[in-house]
Amino acid sequence: MGDPPAAPGNEAGSDGPPRPRSLLELFLAFNRLALQGFGGVLPIAHRELVERLHWLNPDEFVELLALGQVLPGPNIINMAVILGERWFGWRGSVAASAGLLALPSVIVLFLATLYQEFSSQPLVNGALRGMGVAAAGLVISTALKLWKTLARNPLGRIWGSVLAAAMVLLVGLLRWPMLWVLLGLGPLATALAWWVLRRRSAERVAAVIAAAPAPSTVAAGATVAVAVAVEAVEEDSPEGSRTGPGHSAPQDFP
Amino acid sequence: MNLLDLFGLHGMHLVDLVQLGLHFAMLSLLAVGGALAVAPDMQHYFVIAHGWMNDEQFTTAVALAQSAPGPNVLFVGILGLRVAGLVGMATTLIGMMLPSSILARGVGRFRTRRAESIGLRAITAGLTPLTLGLLLSTGWVLLAPTRVEWSAWVLVAITVVAMLRTKASPLLLIALGAAAGMAGLV
Repeated sequence: MGDPPAAPGNEAGSDGPPRPRSLLELFLAFNRLALQGFGGVLPIAHRELVERLHWLNPDEFVELLALGQVLPGPNIINMAVILGERWFGWRGSVAASAGLLALPSVIVLFLATLYQEFSSQPLVNGALRGMGVAAAGLVISTALKLWKTLARNPLGRIWGSVLAAAMVLLVGLLRWPMLWVLLGLGPLATALAWWVLRRRSAERVAAVIAAAPAPSTVAAGATVAVAVAVEAVEEDSPEGSRTGPGHSAPQDFP
Repeated sequence: MNLLDLFGLHGMHLVDLVQLGLHFAMLSLLAVGGALAVAPDMQHYFVIAHGWMNDEQFTTAVALAQSAPGPNVLFVGILGLRVAGLVGMATTLIGMMLPSSILARGVGRFRTRRAESIGLRAITAGLTPLTLGLLLSTGWVLLAPTRVEWSAWVLVAITVVAMLRTKASPLLLIALGAAAGMAGLV
């Protein structure tokens, strides 16, 4: 972090895909995108990293977004950590996430202190009350965007909705400890999805075999070969090719 | 809160702080879908289990963070700030971000050809409805101070429709909420 941002010239100089030349440049880029992001930084991240700086191409961004969303923790921080690591090792991770957090946390600190100072004023109190309602609305709309993706989810809309409703009931209404509910329902939902995905790929193998002309005896070995090939394609071909990139990816998480 | 209060611990014991940090470290590893998805648990911890703040103060923390630029996870810092000043803010923020960042770094090092394997797809697909349910729960919890008033639900409906049907920025909707609140409508 303390290193002077003297640009190392990055091997091939200006050849190769553009990338940050120094930790400082990385820090400033993430700082800039954080300061533009009100109510969620991800859409801004796309505009800055892909469209303006060209540090990532759109496919890389989607891949990174998907990864950031499977992983626990704040998505944008995960992306910053992974990108920083890719370019500068752990110091890059620190620089990128510090860029995201440094100034915004000072601003938030300032706002929180200011609010505390004036919270007895009815107008300030009213404003914050209304903002709280709007904040709830924003979170609920993110949830509904996720709900739209259930149509493409292997669990399907009905099972997906049932699981979501169970979550709302247990955690939101009955206030059961979230840890235990997640440890119970998480593996269950994952197993269900795994079973559906497996069955689908098995059906596809069966369809390929059925479609193939079957000169019986020679076919035994060939069938296995086909099955293996199909399986390989299954594993390789991104789900994205059928369902669009980021099947569970709402583009703007709050 | 005057400025000096920022540096005090507000009577928090070290043990409480350590527990707070560890609890958030656990949440960090559960927070698929971001910090807001695990907000119901935070509300349980701060409001119900410890009585450190009321529903209104909890919701205000989220609203303040949403109205400021930067990642939404910063609301976690305001929660810590309220109970133990700057030390509390650092505790909750570091707890919330460090474990997940270490995990992300570890995973990110392997360029992810395996990201499309059936196993990982099953995890993503399985966790999506759970995240969805958690986010709805967060919405419900944030409405705790206002949910008895029908006008609050009207404002929620307007916000949701605007977010799903238009390109309105979240900041605009927060501003609309502030205006409605100042006018005494919610």
